[in-house]
Amino acid sequence: MYEHDVLVIGGGGAGLRAAIAAQEAGADVAIVSKLHPVRSHTGAAEGGINAALQAGDSWEAHATDTMKGADYLADAPAVETFARRAPKEVMQLEHWGMPFSRDEDGTVSQRPFGGLSFPRTTYAGAETGHHLLHTLYEQVIKRGITVYEEYFVTRLAVTDEPDPNERTCHGVTALDLKTGAVEGFKATGGVILATGGLGQVYDHTTNAVANTGDGMAMAYRVGVPLEDMEMIQFHPTTLPSTGVLITEGVRGEGGRLFNSEGERFMFERGYAADEGELASRDVVSRAELTEIQEGRGFGDGHVKLDMRHLGEERIMDRLENIVGLARHFEGVDPLEEPMPVKPGQHYAMGGIETDEYGSTCIEGLYAAGEAACVSLHGANRLGGNALPELFVFGAEAGRHAAGVALDPPAIGVGPDPDADREDREWPTDLGTAGAETDVVPDGRDLEPGELLGEAVAAERERVEELLEGDGDRSHVEVREQVQETMTAHVNVFREAEGLETALEDISAAREAYEDVTVTDPSRTFNTDLQQTIETRNVIDLAEVITMGALARPESRGAHWRAEHQTRRDEEWLRHTLVNWRDGDPELFYRPAILESESVTYEPEERSY
Amino acid sequence: MAESVDPDTSGLQGGDTQPKSEGETVELQIFRYDPEIESKTEAHFEGFRVQTHEGMTVLDALIEARDEQDPSLTFRHSCRQGVCGSDALFINGRQRLGCKTQIDELSTPIRIEPLPHHPVVKDLVVDMDDFYERMRAVEPYFDPDDPPPGELEERKQTRENREAVKLSTRCIWCGACTSSCSIAADEDVYLGPAAINKGYRFYADEREGEDRKAKRLELLTETDGVWRCQTQFSCTTVCPQEIPLTEHIQQLKRDATKADLKFW
Repeated sequence: MYEHDVLVIGGGGAGLRAAIAAQEAGADVAIVSKLHPVRSHTGAAEGGINAALQAGDSWEAHATDTMKGADYLADAPAVETFARRAPKEVMQLEHWGMPFSRDEDGTVSQRPFGGLSFPRTTYAGAETGHHLLHTLYEQVIKRGITVYEEYFVTRLAVTDEPDPNERTCHGVTALDLKTGAVEGFKATGGVILATGGLGQVYDHTTNAVANTGDGMAMAYRVGVPLEDMEMIQFHPTTLPSTGVLITEGVRGEGGRLFNSEGERFMFERGYAADEGELASRDVVSRAELTEIQEGRGFGDGHVKLDMRHLGEERIMDRLENIVGLARHFEGVDPLEEPMPVKPGQHYAMGGIETDEYGSTCIEGLYAAGEAACVSLHGANRLGGNALPELFVFGAEAGRHAAGVALDPPAIGVGPDPDADREDREWPTDLGTAGAETDVVPDGRDLEPGELLGEAVAAERERVEELLEGDGDRSHVEVREQVQETMTAHVNVFREAEGLETALEDISAAREAYEDVTVTDPSRTFNTDLQQTIETRNVIDLAEVITMGALARPESRGAHWRAEHQTRRDEEWLRHTLVNWRDGDPELFYRPAILESESVTYEPEERSY
Repeated sequence: MAESVDPDTSGLQGGDTQPKSEGETVELQIFRYDPEIESKTEAHFEGFRVQTHEGMTVLDALIEARDEQDPSLTFRHSCRQGVCGSDALFINGRQRLGCKTQIDELSTPIRIEPLPHHPVVKDLVVDMDDFYERMRAVEPYFDPDDPPPGELEERKQTRENREAVKLSTRCIWCGACTSSCSIAADEDVYLGPAAINKGYRFYADEREGEDRKAKRLELLTETDGVWRCQTQFSCTTVCPQEIPLTEHIQQLKRDATKADLKFW
């Protein structure tokens, strides 16, 4: 058994920042990651990092833009904490050596980005995430922070009080991928989940293969509510064969979208007569899919993005990496022919419910980054706001897990007995198959070390069953079943009938999963086993996303309901929360908080 | 908008959507090894045939072979867009990223092996510990002579200096270069091109200051450093990020020579 004060699960941006903060606060901290840290998906971010750094800009303006972009589903205390602290965190990154792009006078450059009222996006070429991840990892090496790499965390060791608000997390179990051994990791201070996004719930995503939402699913199964999970961002320009992202910068520089009739449809079909290709991500995504659905797409369902008219010189100056991406990953030379593109899953605005310090309702359990929902992005994240989130809330979670005293939080967490609930008929039994919870039985009577021992024993048993079982299903088939129904029904467009079908399909996948067996008998680096465990996470999250989408009869930000095409503030200015109770996913609501220490926001129509 | 440019409408009408190689298959010869499975304790090659599609990469082909034919086929991959660096492999006798290599650019059968000069864990997965050790040996972190100018103030860096370090900062730690270097393979004491490039990245960054720069040059020119390089260019040839590794190593040799001359 390994023991540290603070365990950070995940080696991407939020995890590395949390680990550094915890160590600076005096904790003995270790990172446990299923990848080597520099393989993390933070490295794929292209755009930039927003922070109000310059004269003329202010944290208040950044906060207002963020709240408006969120379509008013964000919580103001989180937005305020974020916007106030982003400048210091971004400058901290510069002090750690980040190779930011520079102005003529040698200061850090900032550029305009969608939805921002001031050019406040710092960047390092179009490879900002790569530089950010490596800069952070370098600081982790400098500080000698322990990293357990290629250890896949599979279960949280949490006590079993009936009320999740009274439970405590004492550590995690992890699968050593090299040897196949299940090991226990004890945390005397806290566990921080920084496991990133869940793109693998969909079959077409910009996310890495590793992004299976492990932290969200593990937190859910020990009783932490998942928040606003229906809020999934789709990006309009991804390569059809792989989901690789083609940056918004292509349209920013003047790239044009065409349908198979040669029409520049954003204008010619009236989707956005003023903004055209520069309309917001959700508008362009809906337009593309409408063209495809009405038979004006190409081949297997895409449109074309053309930038040849910009000329080779301008393309190579500003969009060089896009030429490489299209050539290497789609086999298309965008200097010679238009690129095929279609919308793809890009980001999860929702996640593990936390307060503005990264704390969940379970003592000793924290979350940060895309895995978490501190309620910053609401219904729609602005480009350039994901990376500063990693820093601000990664650092908060790290400090607080290390024992730094907290002011009382303004954001409430945990299943609330008085919460706004509604009785709802679901089209099928949810949750039931595979209904076990991950909390440790009789945890109340066990010392933390024994509790972890029980969790390790339970996990060894699960691995044994997966390896020795005689079921005839493969995780590949089950995961595909979920991904296909999510893409068909819980995508850019949503309507009740499709969402109900998706819930039935997910329920069927849950049952099929009971018969999944790992065919590779080896303990050594068994990716078949790893993916099988991940697939359980994918199923649980798909169900929560779809429940939330069906229960929200309005259109807000990225969530578009065909039969309810307006925002309904009177009833729906509230967060969707889903809480796992022994195989019974419970849905409840909490009002969005539009008032923080310094600012009160009045919802208005989101137009640009 | 560049309205003056004549519109090129080729490729904007329907009908060009047939896969380039509809229905064709490609043969893969894949290295197999597993220390605990009897049939795989002897390393060997196994043939797979997979159906191709337009834009298919070597990584796509490997995933197809694994998911549809043999779930025990093991390899690392994650971002599948050339930034995570986890799928560096030895493909048709050369270090390449599987995700960044189109199969129609390769002669067949496509031979896929683990990265040379590393212990094999299983199939295409190698133990990278030695590589990471070399990366850590060059003190790979920003370490300036002076404290920052203020909590909300940056160190100035000229655009020229950023350009000078830019290519070196693109390294994704895939290990292709070091695996391709016969010196790094033979002498396990040589830092190898990736680690030296990592050192160069900070050495050339003006924000660190002159004292640190001198110490970095010393570290990189010790016995195991740049002087081991025999300028074979294999690292530069295989680098998927097109980093001029050999040039960076030569630059350090030149600077070291100049620095030494001062003492005479």
